[in-house]
Amino acid sequence: MAVPELLSKAELIKQGAEARVYRVQFLGKPAIVKERFPKRYRHPVLDEKLTHRRAVQEVRSILRCRRAGISAPVVYFVDYTSNCIFMEEILGSSTVRDYITSTQQSDSCQEQKLEQLAERIGQVLAKMHDEDVIHGDLTTSNVLLRHGQEDKVSDLVLIDFGLSYISALPEDKGVDLYVLEKAFLSTHPNTEALFQKLLKSYTLSSKKSSAVIKKLDEVRLRGRKRSMVG
Amino acid sequence: MTVVIGFEGSANKIGIGIIRDGEVLSNPRRTYITPPGQGFMPSDTARHHRAVILTVLKEALDQAGLKPEDIDCVAYTKGPGMGAPLVTTALVARTVAQLWGKPLLGVNHCIGHIEMGRLITKANNPTVLYVSGGNTQVIAYSERRYRIFGETIDIAVGNCLDRFARVIKISNDPSPGYNIEQMAKKGSQYVELPYTVKGMDVSFSGILSYIEEAAHKMLSSGQCTAEDLCFSLQETLFSMLVEITERAMAHCGSQEVLIVGGVGCNLRLQEMMEVMCKERGAKLFATDERFCIDNGAMIAQAGWEMFRSGQVTQLEESWITQRLIPFYCVFFFHKHYNKAWK
Repeated sequence: MAVPELLSKAELIKQGAEARVYRVQFLGKPAIVKERFPKRYRHPVLDEKLTHRRAVQEVRSILRCRRAGISAPVVYFVDYTSNCIFMEEILGSSTVRDYITSTQQSDSCQEQKLEQLAERIGQVLAKMHDEDVIHGDLTTSNVLLRHGQEDKVSDLVLIDFGLSYISALPEDKGVDLYVLEKAFLSTHPNTEALFQKLLKSYTLSSKKSSAVIKKLDEVRLRGRKRSMVG
Repeated sequence: MTVVIGFEGSANKIGIGIIRDGEVLSNPRRTYITPPGQGFMPSDTARHHRAVILTVLKEALDQAGLKPEDIDCVAYTKGPGMGAPLVTTALVARTVAQLWGKPLLGVNHCIGHIEMGRLITKANNPTVLYVSGGNTQVIAYSERRYRIFGETIDIAVGNCLDRFARVIKISNDPSPGYNIEQMAKKGSQYVELPYTVKGMDVSFSGILSYIEEAAHKMLSSGQCTAEDLCFSLQETLFSMLVEITERAMAHCGSQEVLIVGGVGCNLRLQEMMEVMCKERGAKLFATDERFCIDNGAMIAQAGWEMFRSGQVTQLEESWITQRLIPFYCVFFFHKHYNKAWK
């Protein structure tokens, strides 16, 4: 059955700004389909190029991460005519965003738990950047905690690689961290110290971190803090 | 009844407006226009403002039918913007405030745009796209505050357009952006340009350096016309802006969009935003060139809000600053009248 036909009968889980996510069964496995739909406000040539490019980049980056041992959804199938990606549904998981929010609200050793989490995220991102994968849209909603068995530590899974690309440049890695910093601090108030822990863990875990952190400091000074004369 | 006069001169527009309780009584403005291929420099701009500001002040009072004693307070742009023009404007504002014996209100330029946008359009709780020659930000309400969700990590979109206009020597009269818009309407061929969205942010210096280098080559080889380049540049830049606005809306669950700032006058940008809004069932609010482009009334309106919440600027504090970061999280003046802003 053709992909659009399959989706018309599937369960729609989420509609984001760029794609719809459906729940399906793929060869007997629970899977999700990420369908990028056309954006009518864009010029059709731009829209097709962008949509296709993002689908390709997403798959490429996920595969590269997985080969390096970073947890990301398994890609089962890609239909390039409809720009649909069939991938593993990460069952039994919650976003880091929800975890931080709920942990902040409970009062049992929240600081320790959050610090441990921040350290682990820093390590995973260091590994990803050492593979020269730039995520492009790092937020706490794009990192999942897959709950293992009772006594096992939860697995950190990276998702939503739609804006990702491959680059070795410290500038691009610095911007990647900047995007996360902004998303982190605006979604979770009063977490500046926690984010610093994340960066410290990143610095210790990555082999190329000093240039990246230097670039991050530079990027922070740009934009509206810059004099826009000329 | 509160009557506020606002002085705006942070870039090449010098405007003085008078507002009485949400009613715009007068809003005259002059623009410093440079020859094609040239941008405006701070000292020349300040010189232009100095030459016309008192004439514009008289116009503002005459058109409103008011005398200095009818004014309750004097608002002026504290920042951000270009140093020399800001100083010129602030100087006159300080002087008349002392001459007339009225309190001073130092206003943030960006907040002036937003306040005016909300006043004119009556948008309730919008995601704001603020786009001008000096600023590009997406501001939305989340977790009890207005926050900057997305912005440019290098130059503003208006700055990108203005500098492109200089490369192909488009006239700056009435503004380079307006002329690019008119030329774009005649373009038909879409030329592929770099598209750079990074999470919730955008970057324009890449597309600018690309088009600065490629424009002459493409034009001389006849690969495309200047109109095609204008068209392609707009389509690409505006798509990026619509995308980050949509992301902020999806994140906050917002159903209203308000576009403010000089680039907000662009009808193609408004059209594209409208298409996006319709697909999401959201509503678009936009104003016309009287209020999109820098003007005095918007400063008066923001000043009015400040004054009503009991804030004034002491003379010692009435300096200007080129890099005033809008503290959107601190909205004293709103908690008294609009619960949605709390």
